[in-house]
Amino acid sequence: MNRHQKEIFIRGIFAFFAFASVLILALIVMFLFREGLPIFKEVSVADFLFGQEWYPTYDPPAYGIWPLIFGSVIVTVFSCLIAVPLGVLSAVYISEIAPASIKDITKSIIELLAGIPSVVLGFFGMVVVAPFLQDTFDLPTGLNIVNASVILAIMAIPTISSISEDALYAVPSEFKEASYALGATKYETITKVIMPAALSGISTAVILGMARAIGETMVVLMVAGGAAAVPESIFDSVRPMPASIAAEMGEAPFGSGHYHALFAIGMVLFFLTLFFNLIADYISQKFKEVGSATL
Amino acid sequence: MQAALTTSMTFRYFKQQVFFTVVRLSALLIALALGGLIAYIVANGISAISWDFLTLPPTDSMTKGGIMPAILGTLYLTIGAIAVALPLGVVSAIYLTEYAKQGRFVRLVRIGINCLAGVPSVVFGLFGLGFFVVFLHFGSCILSGALTLGILVLPTIIGASEEALKAVPQTFREASLALGVSKWETIYKIVLPNALPGILTGSILGIGRAAGETAPIMFTAAAFFTAKLPSSVFDEVMALPYHVYVLATAGTHIDQTRSIQYGTVLVLVGLVLGVDLIAIVIRSYVRKKKRW
Amino acid sequence: MEGNSIIELKNVNFFYGKTRALTDITMDFSKNRVTALIGPSGCGKSTLLRVLNRMNDLIDGTKVEGEIIFEGINIYKPDVDPVDIRRKIGMVFQKPNPFPKSIFSNIAYAPRLAGITKRSDLEFLVEESLKQAVLWDEVRDILGKSAMTLSGGQQQRLCIARALAMKPDVILMDEPTSALDPISTAKIEELIDELRRNYTIIIVTHNMQQAARVSSKTGFFYLGKLIEYNATEKIFTNPDVKQTEDYITGRFG
Repeated sequence: MNRHQKEIFIRGIFAFFAFASVLILALIVMFLFREGLPIFKEVSVADFLFGQEWYPTYDPPAYGIWPLIFGSVIVTVFSCLIAVPLGVLSAVYISEIAPASIKDITKSIIELLAGIPSVVLGFFGMVVVAPFLQDTFDLPTGLNIVNASVILAIMAIPTISSISEDALYAVPSEFKEASYALGATKYETITKVIMPAALSGISTAVILGMARAIGETMVVLMVAGGAAAVPESIFDSVRPMPASIAAEMGEAPFGSGHYHALFAIGMVLFFLTLFFNLIADYISQKFKEVGSATL
Repeated sequence: MQAALTTSMTFRYFKQQVFFTVVRLSALLIALALGGLIAYIVANGISAISWDFLTLPPTDSMTKGGIMPAILGTLYLTIGAIAVALPLGVVSAIYLTEYAKQGRFVRLVRIGINCLAGVPSVVFGLFGLGFFVVFLHFGSCILSGALTLGILVLPTIIGASEEALKAVPQTFREASLALGVSKWETIYKIVLPNALPGILTGSILGIGRAAGETAPIMFTAAAFFTAKLPSSVFDEVMALPYHVYVLATAGTHIDQTRSIQYGTVLVLVGLVLGVDLIAIVIRSYVRKKKRW
Repeated sequence: MEGNSIIELKNVNFFYGKTRALTDITMDFSKNRVTALIGPSGCGKSTLLRVLNRMNDLIDGTKVEGEIIFEGINIYKPDVDPVDIRRKIGMVFQKPNPFPKSIFSNIAYAPRLAGITKRSDLEFLVEESLKQAVLWDEVRDILGKSAMTLSGGQQQRLCIARALAMKPDVILMDEPTSALDPISTAKIEELIDELRRNYTIIIVTHNMQQAARVSSKTGFFYLGKLIEYNATEKIFTNPDVKQTEDYITGRFG
């Protein structure tokens, strides 16, 4: 084998493995569909998505996941109310205000926070946050929307913070200099020039943070309380979609309606996060093309 | 006029001061959250840690004894995941950045990989169940769990490796090729060594995360309790994250096993953050040394 | 000089996608001479240089038409391996681009991959190349140090030594002094004068004086076309074409 053939051979091997990776990733979608779609022989898509009752083990079973979707949305929204300000402001701190020495430490802290296993955060929510909520507000249970939202926020903050920081960092220094040269204060420069210029990057960060929160499983499984009903108060329990899958898959007989319904919930989650990611990709792509001219 | 300007400056600086305070407090709050969390875990867990705790299996319906099988199980699953994802991910990244034509197809593949990096881990768990456990008849075992975790971190490793490869200056490649060195030799001798630290840190961070994941292994590998240690890749295993979950939520001994729970959490956090710290240290060391 | 050419171009066209970057270039380069390529930015002179050792292959969507004959073979024939061509036609880039390795390893890198493994052979080769590049006296005691610690001018001479270590027939230089200070530039120019004896050198330069100082023939390019190709002396004193004169006397855009 001469050198030229060897090069072609190596290239072929690389192409094969790259193709295998892509194929595996495509398989995920395929198997999700293969196991999830059969449920729609028993229930229509509309009844599945908007049905008010989730009683998969009754006879006859009810496969309405609206309470689960609602549960997911509500904890995601509340967690973002906490995580977005904290995440974005900490990014501002890291990229604009912190002295160089503290900057690296803060970045590492955010990274370590991202590394804490979700089961640990769920555990913390159970043993610390839940009793606290229960005592403070005199509730029947501390495992509820508020608890889940607080813990989910901790999980979403690193995503929001690190992507926002990249966006802030990417703002050309000419903008800052121009603003300072006009006599603007640092605060004015940050809020009127830097943050608007980084807005699309920050939006991407928020969307990806939401995607992170909506798909997180262990936290909502352990601290959201698990009630499959549309809540009436923020201290009610809910059962977000990932929690349903994780909690019920163990007891759903293979091939049953329940089993397929749980895969179909997986499909809903998949499409939701795919949707979020595509929007994020679109925004950041647009941002890249227009670049600094967006101001 | 002068007075008006001065007042307004004072007010402008006051606003700045308020804003900076809020920003600093946000950062501080996050630091405190991490610090408090770790302090709490260490304070409550340290008393449970002993040589026996780390080296003995659970006894008395898991209310006593150690967590050795869970530590071992997590190691098996993680090493298995690395063995699957690292070669596959790095090779794919090399193909995408160094060989593939940068056209619409590669861009589509990248978007796909990006999106999969954002897919919830529980969905990967479902895939592992549907594909490895059921379709391929592996059953719930180390192999299924390791493959599922490996696929979970695959997008992260591809992404990190691509970034590291792209960070190698194009001039290095040109210099090598212009000397009559072939493309593969250039990649192997010049591009990879320079990209290696970046590939490693990104991959280690990804794998550290995989080690702490629970949802993907719940249906594919993890067992509530195993009487024996696994003897082949087709055996179920205990795993640290699942052990925490099970002890904290299921069964009738939740309060009795609190100390074991805290101890397990501490071991898990120590393991995962230890791995992350290694990656962070490698990266900052390499960044300081780098001259290009 | 006729019959002594080492590279011949016949009706060469070059395309980036649909954009034509070189139009109908026919010229030849004489053996053991220095040929300078001059012209305003974007005139195609650097593109031509990179066509000669097939570096443009690395860019997707490029196309070459016509023939480039080197040692009697068209280097764009399908069975020609660009790697072989690049071993015989070395290149020095605009910005010094040493590898982040030791000085020794930088020079030994390509010979090693070409199959020279004996330590003593490599040591000899490194010393010889560094001497040819007039860098030996400055680095003989620090061969194990990173090449990144050298000054810009030293780095560029190291890159020349690295190219020489492959014992090429031709050396392409793409504005090799544009990133250097005047003293380093003077050293490189002296070096080019030395190397002329054993090598064929084709140099792209922005610097008219440099072209006049180092080359024996000069080609003037404009908008992807070879406007005039003549003895350097003639080009700089009495060019045949009006455009050349305008460019050289600075009456050009």
